[in-house]
Amino acid sequence: MIAYQLSVFAENKPGRLAKVTGILKKGKINIRAITISTSDVFGVINLIVDDPEGARSILENEGLTVSMKEVVAVVIEDKPGGLDRLVQLLFDEDINVENAYGFVLESHEKAVFVVDVNQVEKAQKVLEDAGLETLDSQALSAIEPFHYMKY
Amino acid sequence: MYWEKETETMPRDRLKEFQLARLKKSVEKASASVFYGELFKKAGLDSNGIRSLEDIKKIPLTTKDDLREHWPYGFLAVSKDELVRMHSSSGTTGRATVIFHTIDDIKEWTNIVARSMYMTGMRRSDVFQNMMTYALFTGGLGFHYGAERLGALVIPIGAGNSKRQIQVMQDFQTTVIHIIPSYALHLSSVFEEVGVDPRRDTQLKIAFLGAEPHSEKTREKIEELYGVKAYNSYGLSEMDGPGVAFECQRQNGMHVWEDNFIVEIIDPDTLEPVPEGEEGELVLTTLLRDGMPILRYRTKDLTRIIPGPCKCGRTHVRIERIKGRTDDMLILKGVNIFPIQIEKKLMEVPGVGTNFLIILERKGFNDDMTVRVEVQKEFFSGDLKQLENLRHRIIEELKSDILITPKVELVEPGSLPKSEGKAVRVVDNREE
Repeated sequence: MIAYQLSVFAENKPGRLAKVTGILKKGKINIRAITISTSDVFGVINLIVDDPEGARSILENEGLTVSMKEVVAVVIEDKPGGLDRLVQLLFDEDINVENAYGFVLESHEKAVFVVDVNQVEKAQKVLEDAGLETLDSQALSAIEPFHYMKY
Repeated sequence: MYWEKETETMPRDRLKEFQLARLKKSVEKASASVFYGELFKKAGLDSNGIRSLEDIKKIPLTTKDDLREHWPYGFLAVSKDELVRMHSSSGTTGRATVIFHTIDDIKEWTNIVARSMYMTGMRRSDVFQNMMTYALFTGGLGFHYGAERLGALVIPIGAGNSKRQIQVMQDFQTTVIHIIPSYALHLSSVFEEVGVDPRRDTQLKIAFLGAEPHSEKTREKIEELYGVKAYNSYGLSEMDGPGVAFECQRQNGMHVWEDNFIVEIIDPDTLEPVPEGEEGELVLTTLLRDGMPILRYRTKDLTRIIPGPCKCGRTHVRIERIKGRTDDMLILKGVNIFPIQIEKKLMEVPGVGTNFLIILERKGFNDDMTVRVEVQKEFFSGDLKQLENLRHRIIEELKSDILITPKVELVEPGSLPKSEGKAVRVVDNREE
């Protein structure tokens, strides 16, 4: 399964992130994960959202520069060694990780890790062969970080 | 293919005889003005002293300051009753200078504009959208009259209001436009916004670029974006306005209409003529103007004469694309820089958008240059490294050309001030 990450080009100054989150709020877009990388005067805001296409179009309508790319969202175990297993698998296949970030789904049970790699399809296959679950955008939007039923 | 075949293809020796006769007349006419009357008296000169074209050197050079000091009527060679039109420089540098025309002056000027347009292939079946400021600026009315004289249908829409420009272009099947190059680049993003493809959805075939020096790359970009042939032209209000020099279909230098003007290229420091083909300051003399003849006018524009005949068959000399003005030259750390140099370099780098801004600041004893560059929308892939690489590439490219390492800031497309007129390319925050 392939997931999509949105990247927004933004100048590194107060108000730019607020503009992005403001637009997404208005568009009722839910943010699953966000990371920001900056150089001195400009940066890139990376977003995982529940509706990537919709988010892209409303951001672009507001004049922002947006690009969308394929990433792999992997479900890993939320315990020591969970991430290591994933990274070792990628390393074994010589797949380079450009960027990575994650969020917890169920404490001590499951987490989602988003990896931006140079060979998306290969990475996806390697992970699936190893029995790891990858999520697409729909699955990402359906998952609930907390399962209230359990409590 | 010629508007006036005999004049345009006149053998050079005959053209020079023609010029000499007209120069004598021009000197005679000019002596009736306060300015030239005094000047000639001081120099002990009259039209009898002009026996060959070489003798033009006896006439002192005229500058923009002279025009300002004798503002407004000191250069008038006829009575005010003879005048039918006033124009003024855009006043981008200091106090505006005014130029007056008689009815015959307007006729001659209109003729060379029509001749220029005809030269590029424009015909009476064309629809001409004149997207320039009318009013005091010569670019609007100058082209308007020329196009009417040629017989085309003229749409005097004026500058600005981008969406309406596009609508009118489609409604009336405009084939020829007259546009400021930086505005043409800006307008292409408006085309995109309204979902109109100028290549597919309009009948455009010719664009006249004017009012602003621009690089060859910018021309290519405009030709590519609009699917037109874009022609460079040269003019200044002191020498009528547009139509002084214009590109033919070879697009290799601009023919100066030598039946109307005498061209000299001088060294701006020694004021001596440079050897033919070398770069220097363009100096022009009007040959057919009655109301306000101006002799040996220092344009402050840097160019050179392209030696040799043009394949189009016209014998009038060609000047190269203006390299810059001596007065928009930036001096940074002792280095002379023209904004157009920076534009040219930037346009060569893939990923660079259509707009940029140069900011000069003084920090202690050091002058710093920051270049803000808009990134092309399509270039952005979400990768910070790619942007960093672009930034370094720009720094390297500029460094190799201007010998100074500028700071480069990449900014979002559309975030720099948009220009519907002359683009502001330089902000100089250095104190005097």
